[in-house]
Amino acid sequence: MAERYEVRFSGAGGQGLITAGIILAQAAAIVEGKHAVQSQSYGPEARGGASKSEVIISDAPIDYPKATLVDACLAMTQVAADKYSDTIKAGGLLLLDDDLVKEDPKGDFKIYRMPITNTAKNEIGREIVANVVAMGAMVALTGIVSKEAGEKAVLDRVPEAFKELNQKAYAAGYDKMKALMD
Amino acid sequence: MAYDYEKNIRPGKLPHIWCPGCGHGIAMKGLIRAMDTCGLDKNNTAMVSGIGCASRLPGYMDYCTLHTAHGRAAAFATGIKMAKPEMNVICVGGDGDGVAIGGNHFIHACRRNIDMTYVVFNNYIYGMTGGQFSPTTPTGDKASTTPYGNPDPTFDISKLAIGAGATFVARTTAFHATQIDKLIVQGIKHKGMAVIEVLDDCPTTYGRRNRFRSVVDMMKRLKDIAVPVAAAGKMSPEQLEGKVLTGVLHQEDRPEYCEQYTEVIKRAQAQSE
Amino acid sequence: MAKKVALLQGNEACAHGAVYAGCTFFGGYPITPSTEVAEVMSVELPKIGGAFIQMEDEIAAMASILGGALTGAKAMTATSGPGMSLKQELLGYACIAEIPCVIINVMRGGPSTGMPTGPSQSDVLQARWGTHGDHPAIALAPSSCQEIFSETVRAFNLAEKYRMPVQVVFDEIVGHMRERIEFPEPGELEIIDRTEPTVAPEDYKPYDTQFGDVAPLAAFGSEYRYHVTGLNKAEDGFPTTKAELVDAEQRRQIRKIEDARADIESNEEYQTEDAEVIVLAYGSTARSGRYAVDRLREEGVKAGLFRPITLWPFPEKRVQELAKQTKGIIVPEMNLGQMVLEVERVVARDCAVELIGRVDGEPITPTQIMDKVKEVL
Repeated sequence: MAERYEVRFSGAGGQGLITAGIILAQAAAIVEGKHAVQSQSYGPEARGGASKSEVIISDAPIDYPKATLVDACLAMTQVAADKYSDTIKAGGLLLLDDDLVKEDPKGDFKIYRMPITNTAKNEIGREIVANVVAMGAMVALTGIVSKEAGEKAVLDRVPEAFKELNQKAYAAGYDKMKALMD
Repeated sequence: MAYDYEKNIRPGKLPHIWCPGCGHGIAMKGLIRAMDTCGLDKNNTAMVSGIGCASRLPGYMDYCTLHTAHGRAAAFATGIKMAKPEMNVICVGGDGDGVAIGGNHFIHACRRNIDMTYVVFNNYIYGMTGGQFSPTTPTGDKASTTPYGNPDPTFDISKLAIGAGATFVARTTAFHATQIDKLIVQGIKHKGMAVIEVLDDCPTTYGRRNRFRSVVDMMKRLKDIAVPVAAAGKMSPEQLEGKVLTGVLHQEDRPEYCEQYTEVIKRAQAQSE
Repeated sequence: MAKKVALLQGNEACAHGAVYAGCTFFGGYPITPSTEVAEVMSVELPKIGGAFIQMEDEIAAMASILGGALTGAKAMTATSGPGMSLKQELLGYACIAEIPCVIINVMRGGPSTGMPTGPSQSDVLQARWGTHGDHPAIALAPSSCQEIFSETVRAFNLAEKYRMPVQVVFDEIVGHMRERIEFPEPGELEIIDRTEPTVAPEDYKPYDTQFGDVAPLAAFGSEYRYHVTGLNKAEDGFPTTKAELVDAEQRRQIRKIEDARADIESNEEYQTEDAEVIVLAYGSTARSGRYAVDRLREEGVKAGLFRPITLWPFPEKRVQELAKQTKGIIVPEMNLGQMVLEVERVVARDCAVELIGRVDGEPITPTQIMDKVKEVL
């Protein structure tokens, strides 16, 4: 049986988490030629509300397209951290946005904290790229796709005028996560 | 001028279903004269209708004819015109079909200003189902579903068309038979949504329940209420009470929908090059 | 040359499949969760000189594609449950007048407004019996993004070949999830175009039975003039109330699909040869089913999957055969029991039939299916 690897990006509508999931799926399915399925659920609001995006990656065709127990989870709000932490696999990974999640959820998983939103706002200069910072961090954290594949997928999905900005955001997320893991 | 009626119809499909005294036959002859005058290519002209007495008309005509579902003529016609803009499209239908169940399609066809000619036969009643009141049945009148008098306010179909954005709107009556074809000719030649409202009569289900003792009485009423637009300007509000304006009520130039979409195609193709 | 690949949502794949099939007309109305189909069509159709129109309501969208189809265009609309309910009137019109067209229904919860962003499979009987009167139906139920592409192509082929509306029904999960799609090269998938008449214009009858049960359909604007109506009609297309003519026309329409079952039906079978229990599932639920079958096999349970891709006409002969060789058929579906009724009807008493119904807006999980299989054994 092929190994499934499940990743979840969770937070609020408007944080760009569905896009982050799409980019990861693009990196796996198109750049690296693996099997990947991305799906999402969200409320009726375009901004606010709860939002999650899931990516299943495997080296064989994927049947069940939804997450069962996730290997790695990102939470960009306290609500998302509390709501989704109980479906993380035992010994799995949880990345929290240090700026927006104050309390650690309890469970059998390894927690990392990173100032995702602040990195986007203060180091890159645009809060809107927080999702790409997060995406870079998740690539570093999981290693499920290569750094280069993640970067190519980011560049494939953003308009020409924003390529440099997003490239920086991705690199910042990736490098900061690597530093945290060392 | 002599008109070739035979050339335009399917003789084998006659007699029509309309009752003696019904104004639809007068309106249909006006429509045929107009189409004959314009010399429309029969292969390249679609006639589209909904459901009701008037909507049986296309079946008698030797064109590409489409008798759709109740109220849906304008929506089917929009599909034909968008898919084949070079076709002439003429819609025919009654008051209930056009502005009650089909009201949404009617107003949006007007709004788009899509190039078609919509002839509404307004006989103030649902005739085919036996005389229920329609959105144009005068308030207070009797219908099979208003036995104590109609409580509903009415639609003025021409005003509705103007308000919704039709760029050619005209009205006449079955009494003014020769004006029917003149106005429809103008409507066919107009680039954009043209609505021609023909007030007519239903002696069987409307006239007999109300104050009309004969078809002649109903025709007299149409003659009496009609006031040409030009004459109306010289009349006082009191004199215009209970009257209906006839002639070309509205005409303007506004971009036609299919032409607008041709521009969309150009932009899309330029961007994808 | 390497094939073009992309990460696409099922809804997006559907629109690209339609364009591949030769669709040049789309009439739509916005409704969740199907809107991406319309959005992609609005981008793609003008590029190829086709027409996209957003109509004033769901009924108008359906009307517009029938008008467009009568001019010879391959035409499509897309909607979800509430819109599908509104479209039933003119779906019936397409049936009686035999106008080829494709209707996409991305299913959500119901009845009424239901759960717009939640998945559901509760329109599968509506796909068969939604409009009034007797008529044949073809409904296809893909379960992956690639299959949405290819089944949309097949829907157009069947619509044109059998001159009737074809529905493609899939749930919100498949409609919104993203997978890698390989775009087939031109010519790689079969494309069937409409049969046009060859008789002299004065001899043309739109329902002429001398050509079998499916008569050639002329385009409006060609040299053929004819009449189309929603009334019961004779071979010449004009209304009739003559008992024998009405009866013959109605029976011919049913027969044209009954006789073509072998061409229209399609299924996928997985590990059914020795299966003691068969999971019969369609759409995204079939993916849960396959996942469950793999895990059950690991545990030594002889489970199999039967996945109807053509929901209507329902593949009744094959299901009857399977019922004779298995102990039970389990039907998981995101409704409270719809296709299971058809399974029960065709299986009669040959094996046990069990429903797993779910309507809470959540997918049926592999675990739910595994538990039920063990219960049946």
